[in-house]
Amino acid sequence: MAARSQGPMRRALGRFASNPAALAGLAILLPLLLAVIAYPLWLHFGPNDVDLMARNAPPGAAHWLGTDGVGRDVLARLMQGGRTSLLVAVLSVSLSLAIGFVVGALAAFGDRWADSIAMRCVDLAMTLPPVILLLVLASIIGTGIGPTVWVIALLSWPVLARMVRARLLEVRERDFVIAARGMGAGTLHLLFRHGLPNAIDIMVVYATLQIANAILLEAGLSFLGLGIPPPAASWGNMMNAAQSTVVLEQYVWQWMSPGATLVLTVLAINFIGDGLRDAFDPRSGLN
Amino acid sequence: MTDALLQVRGLAKRYGPITIVENISFDLHRGEVLGIVGESGSGKTTIARALLRLIEPSAGSVQFAGQNLATLPARALRPLRARLQYVFQDPYSSLSPRMTVGEILTEGLRIQGIGPQAARLARARQALADVELPDDAINRYAHEFSGGQRQRIGIARALALQPEVLVADEPVSALDVSIQAQVINLLRGLQQRLGLAMLFISHDLAVVEYLCDRVMVLYLGRIMELAPSDRLYSQPAHPYTRALLAAVPQPDPARRGHRHLLAGDIPSAAAPPSGCVFRTRCPNAQPECAANVPSLREIAPGHWKACLRDDLPA
Repeated sequence: MAARSQGPMRRALGRFASNPAALAGLAILLPLLLAVIAYPLWLHFGPNDVDLMARNAPPGAAHWLGTDGVGRDVLARLMQGGRTSLLVAVLSVSLSLAIGFVVGALAAFGDRWADSIAMRCVDLAMTLPPVILLLVLASIIGTGIGPTVWVIALLSWPVLARMVRARLLEVRERDFVIAARGMGAGTLHLLFRHGLPNAIDIMVVYATLQIANAILLEAGLSFLGLGIPPPAASWGNMMNAAQSTVVLEQYVWQWMSPGATLVLTVLAINFIGDGLRDAFDPRSGLN
Repeated sequence: MTDALLQVRGLAKRYGPITIVENISFDLHRGEVLGIVGESGSGKTTIARALLRLIEPSAGSVQFAGQNLATLPARALRPLRARLQYVFQDPYSSLSPRMTVGEILTEGLRIQGIGPQAARLARARQALADVELPDDAINRYAHEFSGGQRQRIGIARALALQPEVLVADEPVSALDVSIQAQVINLLRGLQQRLGLAMLFISHDLAVVEYLCDRVMVLYLGRIMELAPSDRLYSQPAHPYTRALLAAVPQPDPARRGHRHLLAGDIPSAAAPPSGCVFRTRCPNAQPECAANVPSLREIAPGHWKACLRDDLPA
């Protein structure tokens, strides 16, 4: 059988691969991801191993990024914190992708009632002030990875639902979708064979940009003490240490390393997201 | 006749107070090609889509296989849909850009739950052969094909379901003239070989004459005249049909007769004229035409017209 020829997805990836900023983002993100995932293999400190002989030690040969106030290795906590932060980000974005797509798609492909109900829910969710909602939700359902994932997901799905609905309202009237209905297609077929593939570009772009956002939200929540509680490490609660003036002024490595990693990661993901958006834009190949 | 495959009675489509088509009644027989002609905005596409329940008809019935398609619940309608297929006007928007031709051709079979994947692919290949496209097209995407080839893919998609009725909605009007003839001949060959009943929508009177057994002339959503095509072209009874035929370019100067060309545009469907909707542009209109809506009358066997005036010279 002859090989499948280049589909729209392959061509988009080709455009992505010729975007230097996006490739730079990948060059930063991929090694970081690898290091975070595999850190027990190359680092012999655990995130909660206490070295009482080296409290608040500056970066050196033993502790590459120094230690914190109770003698824990900052690099080990940074890696473990990266696992937590990225896990929270990926889970919450997956959740908000699922909610956002289903709500948006039902609004677009359902009848007028389904559309009204879904969109009023979106309106409602969008009118809630995010910071206050975060604080209230976090204090009701508690702290930890699970609740943090839910808080971030519940806050971020409405934007996606609107984008998906807008796209699918247009797709619904395209002749090939009418043809599918004429062949007897039900809502599920239309949703997943035509709706999803034609909304996948906005979902991929949304997901990358939203992951950066979710990392920041998690950091913010943990910084306020409402996200990931100690002794578990996350980039946000590591920066929490900087609330102390002594740490802020004298033990710079303790908050600078999670801060710098956070900025670098978010920057890299945003580059990738921008690259994906350009790659999926049909007009981008023309100029 | 009672053995009609498709019996349409009183079909109408309204959007609020605006009537797009009204009181459409006709039969479609097995193996017959019925042409629908009319200007832009005369409701040709609306009739085709309401017939197949791609839009909801406002009134009327469509009898097919002992069922009324117009009122059948969606679930019961689904298996019947395979037997009536649609070919779209625009070969670009009618094929999904994200599917290979193989996926496009097997989509209907998958929806209808017909066969294992191997059998579906075999049918897709058969459909490709039917429309005279190479077998290796099956792994390619629609954007790799020209307009004419894409239209063939659209026809193959409809054929893959082995329908009894094919509704072709201006299938060649978006194509180059040189390609139009190929696609028309392809459709004609397939229709004859497979014994399809076909509803052929067009505004090209020459194509309709070549392809159709009977022709329905539409104006502002109403049937003006319905007749066997040789009779319609030789003895048009309705002033509108005569005007349409007079507007067909005639290459032979000796055959150019006196031409009644219509002035003005088709009226708005939001404010149709009273009585006969054609009277505002009709060269033969009388005061009575504004007062009475002409009914569709059979003036000769199989020849129907909706015009009050029987006194016009033939």
